[in-house]
Amino acid sequence: MSFLEISGLTKHYGPVAALAGVDLSVTSGSRTAIVGPSGCGKTTLLRLIAGFEAPDQGRITLDGEVLANGGTAVPAYRRGIGVVAQDGALFPHLTIGDNIGFGMGRGEDKRTEHIVELAYIVGLDKAILKRRPHELSGGQQQRVALARAMAMKPRLMLLDEPFSALDTGLRASMRKAVAELLETAGITTILVTHDQAEALSFASQVAVMRDGKFSQIGTPRDLYLKPKDRMIAEFLGDAIILPAKIADGFASSPLGRIAVDTNDSRDIARIMLRPEQIALKRTSREGMSGTPDMLFGEVTESEFAGSTCTIAVRLLNSADPPDAAAIGNTPLVLRKPGMDAPAVGEIVRLTVSGRAHVFG
Amino acid sequence: MFPTAIAVLQLLPLDGNGTASDLMQSAVDLAHSGLASGIGRRARRRAPLWLVIAATFVALLALLPLAFIIWIAVQTGWATVSALVFRPRVGELLVNTVLLVALSVPITIVLSVALAWLTERSDLPGARLWAWLCVAPLAIPAFVHSYAWITMVPGLHGLWAGVLVSVIAYFPFLYLPVSAALRRLDPALEDAAAALGLGPRRVFWRVVLPQLRLAICGGSLLVGLHLLAEYGLYVFIRFDTFTTAIVDQFQSTFNGPAANMLAGVLVSCCFVLLGLEVLVRGEERYARVGSGAARYQQRTSLGRATIPSLLLLVVTTLLALGVPFVTIGGWLAAGGADVWRFDEIGLALGQTLFLALAGALLATVAAMPMAWISIRAPGPLQRLLEGCNYIVGSLPGVVIALALVTITVRIALPLYQTLFTILVAYALMFLPRALVSLRASIAQAPVELERAASSLGRPPLQALWSTTVRLSAPGAAAGMALVALGIMNELTATQMLAPNGTRTLAMAFWSYSGEIDYASAAPYAFIMVAMSLPLTWLLYVQSKRMAGR
Repeated sequence: MSFLEISGLTKHYGPVAALAGVDLSVTSGSRTAIVGPSGCGKTTLLRLIAGFEAPDQGRITLDGEVLANGGTAVPAYRRGIGVVAQDGALFPHLTIGDNIGFGMGRGEDKRTEHIVELAYIVGLDKAILKRRPHELSGGQQQRVALARAMAMKPRLMLLDEPFSALDTGLRASMRKAVAELLETAGITTILVTHDQAEALSFASQVAVMRDGKFSQIGTPRDLYLKPKDRMIAEFLGDAIILPAKIADGFASSPLGRIAVDTNDSRDIARIMLRPEQIALKRTSREGMSGTPDMLFGEVTESEFAGSTCTIAVRLLNSADPPDAAAIGNTPLVLRKPGMDAPAVGEIVRLTVSGRAHVFG
Repeated sequence: MFPTAIAVLQLLPLDGNGTASDLMQSAVDLAHSGLASGIGRRARRRAPLWLVIAATFVALLALLPLAFIIWIAVQTGWATVSALVFRPRVGELLVNTVLLVALSVPITIVLSVALAWLTERSDLPGARLWAWLCVAPLAIPAFVHSYAWITMVPGLHGLWAGVLVSVIAYFPFLYLPVSAALRRLDPALEDAAAALGLGPRRVFWRVVLPQLRLAICGGSLLVGLHLLAEYGLYVFIRFDTFTTAIVDQFQSTFNGPAANMLAGVLVSCCFVLLGLEVLVRGEERYARVGSGAARYQQRTSLGRATIPSLLLLVVTTLLALGVPFVTIGGWLAAGGADVWRFDEIGLALGQTLFLALAGALLATVAAMPMAWISIRAPGPLQRLLEGCNYIVGSLPGVVIALALVTITVRIALPLYQTLFTILVAYALMFLPRALVSLRASIAQAPVELERAASSLGRPPLQALWSTTVRLSAPGAAAGMALVALGIMNELTATQMLAPNGTRTLAMAFWSYSGEIDYASAAPYAFIMVAMSLPLTWLLYVQSKRMAGR
């Protein structure tokens, strides 16, 4: 059952269309990530859902209640939607305890106990409650912002790039902790981010946004393996895109015969492989014999970067390509484990596993 | 706290026409925790000895008036002191002064916050024009405001008249820092409060207003100190404060102990204000947390409140700008060509410009060692020295003048009423203005540039010249202009200290209006306003630019 329903939402800033017709439905208790390059309109969408601004057109309903319709909108303070902003937006003139208790009534029963409990839930020490926001680290500030938003028991939680200010190690652990926390509390969550890895790992539903519209919505796995077009494919991770001819569930491509995820037949198509689907095995020029559909390449570049190593492989033979010339001189760029990566000049045998995705 | 600190810091030295100096302790503290320490950490190094000696000398010189008050009190003896201080006249003056400050400051706060909010955060039609009109009254010296009012309403006098004219003359001192602080608020905080269930009114009280506290405290202190120091304004409307009483006393009995003891009480009042401000401001820190890009603030739709809001601005503008312009214009029209005695006006203008430029130069040169140390080699000693300068800068001009009169008469009579003494007085009074501008501009010339110049083969002095000096020159010039402006409109100290025969614009204005020859005074008022307007405009533009608009 759909909890948050958005339909036909548009918003203009002067002549610029920040949102050009957005539809989204979010089920109760789920986690949705909205991902897109900066300036795509994702923060605007979040602000419309939060009620900081009113849409030009379109409708937002939450749990059956209409929050915005056309130009009219329920103001933010009557929506009961929690927001955690990019930098936390803690009130600098209040202590951490008062920040967390900001949304509670002043004379509320057991206010202090409640604040301590919330601090504990988000993993903050009690001693921190007397301090001021500027004395806290970025990660702690985000936890406070989260506790503050949770204090009013929101129906929906909006996270606006809350992890982007944190350093890499902290980011992953914060993400995991927040996901678990909100899951336990049963709060429906929408995360806005420009980091595709964050979106894929955080959410059960990912919506890719571009130019004020959603270009694709689906589960993380679907989006990663079956992107609708090349832009989405490349936005969500490294992709190898090849021309191919497809028939009977197989593609003939510069990389040989590869199983695809469709039964269509087409003479000219583009298929996509994720680099991790291509395995390399060391061999030598002398070893380049065997069945004709075996594929060999020469390593032309190798860039070591610690745990990974980016390798460029030029194909030495290619089986039956529709337009082999196009791929012939363009090496495949693959990211492989840094350990034991083949060096420049080495000959490798390539094998493809899994199915390739055919762009529609 | 940092944004407000910069706002207050940058605004204070730029204020138009105070009779007394304007910088205050809060600015010092703010500077230390913000500007100076931030830059200092990066560039800490030891200051050359000669610089430290020069800075110490200036600070000690600045302490002279304070030392003088204490010395006089000690020398006079307790019996005489208590006889002079604990008498009905002093009580009367104290009541007057306290009431004046206690009534004017809160009214000014409410008015300024309302005006700042309307011009910065609402969809008021013509907000930019109104914002400029709220700053423009700074170009009119306080005594010219009073002159205009007394012409328009001849019966105006007493406490409430004092409150009225004070609020009108000084509200821009609060409007400027408050509106700058409003512009710099992070709108994400207001969004966050709204998401937590607070309506617009409660957001204003619980989130916006607390963050304006520093600006309000700083601005109120500034207004309070000006009220204590102002002379001309209250003479016109026959309202006695300590400052007017000191001048009266001085004119009748020269530098008798009575005047000196009144000055002592006035100084105590200043310290009470400084202390109050420190108490109210508290230990709050208003740092903007986080680094995300601030988004544009949304303006609140006024709806049906538009007309009353416009009315408030129209009335304020009419009172603060309309009245002076109409009266000056009226007198000029009435006086015709006769009041433009160009020989006399030319002489006054020349003398004023000479004093203003010489005083500005001296103040800037005196501020240089201090400014350099406070940016490049900050430390406890520098903080102490700088504190001395700012505290003295907050003393009324009449106190500094009285001190210098007494000292020259008793110790160095040949220096009494010489160019040297009046310039020293100006330098002491306006040193903080020069200091703050210099500091800000030296801070803009990072020490790395100096080092880069050295590494490119420039010897130390040349490196300093081609980087820091070049880069800080505009700031130094701005500081000098502000000091010059302050001197141009200064009245009390000039009257008491200037060499015989000196007649500045302010003095000429004052003597004509003292003879109730208001028409002859009008050209001088006109020239003072006309010369102040460009700087006020500069100030307005600067305050806009600070907020990145």
